[in-house]
Amino acid sequence: MNDLELVDRLLEGDERAFTDLVTRYHGTLVRVARYYVRTPASAEDVAQETWLAVLRSLSSFEQRSSFKTWLLRILVNRARSSGTREFRTVPVDPTSGSAVAASRFDEGGFWCEPPVPFTDSVDDRLVNEPLVHLVREAIAQLPEPQQAVITLRDVEGLSTSEVADLLELSDANVRVILHRARSRVRADVEARREGRSV
Amino acid sequence: MKIRSHPVVCREAIELMSDYLDGSLSRRDTRRLEEHLAICPPCRTYLAQMRLVISVSGSVSPDDLSPEALDDLVEVFRRYRDEPESS
Ligand SMILES: [Zn+2]
Repeated sequence: MNDLELVDRLLEGDERAFTDLVTRYHGTLVRVARYYVRTPASAEDVAQETWLAVLRSLSSFEQRSSFKTWLLRILVNRARSSGTREFRTVPVDPTSGSAVAASRFDEGGFWCEPPVPFTDSVDDRLVNEPLVHLVREAIAQLPEPQQAVITLRDVEGLSTSEVADLLELSDANVRVILHRARSRVRADVEARREGRSV
Repeated sequence: MKIRSHPVVCREAIELMSDYLDGSLSRRDTRRLEEHLAICPPCRTYLAQMRLVISVSGSVSPDDLSPEALDDLVEVFRRYRDEPESS
């Protein structure tokens, strides 16, 4: 059942529709809330308050935006106002985090320790169950800004400008953070597949 | 003054790939990267890995909801449902 069908049922007071939506989005809400608040517990609180706010204002949801975007907007507004940490400027540290260890390149900047394909022929994510777990774990290890951005962009499928809007970042900033996040996830998956620690 | 574009080496190529996959790389850098990819199998492997990671991310659900968290939320729902209409 898609979001809007669930919303319709929820408007009729269907508890199951509520738990389905919660199951679908609560993790994302908590993760994005972590970008604003200091502790996992307060992120959990903000996410919970968000669901209550959703219930209270659902009848005014006009479906001009997707439910997902509307929900995230509520979350961000609440997280921002209850944020123990005032809205922070995202640290884009130019020195931190090259995508791959420098030692894997020779002096000319070419690979001396090149990457090995993750899969030989299997390029189907449904068949690629183990990879899903590796990627999920890798995302969970990222610093909060990277987690928030990659979750919104790649997990939830928002566009770069939607992410920028929501988090009040420039598009360029989102792209930089996204690049870092994806690179780290790739490196992490690579290391785990090879049984190395990162 | 226009800076003459120099060829990309691997170390630089991998920094361009995220934007490349999103179609947000400048025309000039796109051309430089594609010229490099044409002659560099390891970077093509790297690009394939990035593409796979991004596509797999789309089927990751962020976190399993703990039963306790779900119980709390169901509680929120029931309290709301039982609130008087006027609230
Ligand atoms: Zn290369």
